[in-house]
Amino acid sequence: MADELDQPRDDLERRDAEPHLPSPTIWPFAFAAGIALVLIGLIVSWIVAAIGAVLAIVFGLLWIRDATRGVRAEPEPAPPAAVTPTDVDLEARADEPARYPRAKFLEGATLGIGALIGGVITLPVVGFAIGPAFIDQGYDDVDLGPLDNFPAGQFIITTFYSKGDKYGEVGLRTAYIRNNGLVNEVPSFTIVSGRCVHLGCPVQPQGPISEEQKKSVKAKGGEVILTPTQPSGFGCPCHGGAYNAEGERTAGPPVRSLDRYRYAIIEGNLVLKTPYSVGKVDGSGADAKIHAYKLADPGQHVDGPEQIFYPIIL
Amino acid sequence: MATKPRSKRQQQLEAALLAPVDWLEERSGLVGALKYFLFRKVPRETNWFHTLGSATLTAFLVQAITGAILAMYYKPSPNEAYESIQAITNDLFAGWLVRGMHRWGASVMIILLFLHMGRVFLFGAYKYPRELNWLIGVVLLLMAMLEGFTGYLLPWDDTAYWATVVGVNLNANAPIAGPFIGNLLTGGAEIGTETLSRFYAIHMLLLPGGIFALIGLHLYLVIRLGVTPPPWTESAAGYEEPTNGRPARSGLVSPAPRGNGKTTPGGRKVDR
Repeated sequence: MADELDQPRDDLERRDAEPHLPSPTIWPFAFAAGIALVLIGLIVSWIVAAIGAVLAIVFGLLWIRDATRGVRAEPEPAPPAAVTPTDVDLEARADEPARYPRAKFLEGATLGIGALIGGVITLPVVGFAIGPAFIDQGYDDVDLGPLDNFPAGQFIITTFYSKGDKYGEVGLRTAYIRNNGLVNEVPSFTIVSGRCVHLGCPVQPQGPISEEQKKSVKAKGGEVILTPTQPSGFGCPCHGGAYNAEGERTAGPPVRSLDRYRYAIIEGNLVLKTPYSVGKVDGSGADAKIHAYKLADPGQHVDGPEQIFYPIIL
Repeated sequence: MATKPRSKRQQQLEAALLAPVDWLEERSGLVGALKYFLFRKVPRETNWFHTLGSATLTAFLVQAITGAILAMYYKPSPNEAYESIQAITNDLFAGWLVRGMHRWGASVMIILLFLHMGRVFLFGAYKYPRELNWLIGVVLLLMAMLEGFTGYLLPWDDTAYWATVVGVNLNANAPIAGPFIGNLLTGGAEIGTETLSRFYAIHMLLLPGGIFALIGLHLYLVIRLGVTPPPWTESAAGYEEPTNGRPARSGLVSPAPRGNGKTTPGGRKVDR
């Protein structure tokens, strides 16, 4: 009987001899960061608030688990330094001053908070440096003026401002436009981009250019310059890439056919829509069957075995 | 040599001149550091080839200074860039000179860089313990080439524009990462107004900062590890000259002697 009573008393005494403190924990910091995120999110965006809420809940629970470990009589996790030190370790440590858990905690906290601050500052900056290059990279529709300027069966060198006033001369692009005549009462166009698909130089029409018939049209998107030409094909001055009149590669380093533009006819005007890349062209003119792909940078394969090198086309 | 006793005035003058130096040294140790740098031991066989690194550094400093001054007059916007370059070249006082220094200095720097690299390679100066300095040098070479690439666009004439189109598209041809690299370089799907300011910022802020930092590291390692003697000298082959009276050669390790592996007590060379 006495033994049974003594046993808990002994236990109590032992517990009183030690301070009743939960072991140090880092979770409150993360919990506080979560709360701060919730508050920021209330102003900025609900996504941030949701992330903050998740963080606060997760780290709050972890904190509670740590703090209540003594009450729940769960054993403290074993200290990691259970490995018996070797002679070398002892020798190496002999010179070091004694280290205390508190000092270690402060060291860790300093490094951790420093890393957090560094990350919070660096990430948005890096994002700003990289992000805009990938976001909202569209092509504007370009009005090229009335259809009458594109007589059937003739190529017109069309130089236009692809981005209006926003880019100015830097946005100047050239397309080779041929009216293929009426198909089901609607005019059909072949619109070949002037950008060589080798490395992006401007391709030139191979054939006479009627400079004297050059004319300028004031369209909605800015000035459009139209010059008739009779090309047998297109050639690139930079590295000798050659294409036929349908834009198919006939010689030289290009890896696919010339890009083309989608188009629409709006209120009697020819309007350029988004460009697209072309693999092969079967047939010609209005009957051409065009193997279309998402617009790729020059030099990137869109078909054939080499396309596996370009799994993601932006 | 007997030194003449100095007059009181001379002593006073000397003290007055040295006082600021002492003040600086006591508070910063900079004078001592400079002395250590300038009077450190180098191999006796150091020759003109060893000056190529300093020459490259000088070329870079010329680029940095002329570039900073050109930036006072250059306007990195598509509508003004070409005109501002024309104004620098034709209208502004001595503009042609400074722009010419920057333009030709760029080539000079790249040429010197390659010569310096060749010297390091042929002298075997990239070997232990100097491998890290070779690696830093490689990064410096890449950054210098990038400086050339980004700087080439800035005149914003047809040559600059189309050369950059081709250069960017070459990079955009890389497998898998290509399209990302292309967009990253041009700041968008195509070369546009963003590209010019982007290249300008990279050319005159990001890269020079990195180059300055890496040159500092490069020089620190040169001072710490010492200058490599040319390979045809005895010290390089592992023989140590006796050091009586003369300063010992620099270099971290004295390599094991070749030949039959023995040296005389005085360290004099044995038969080859």
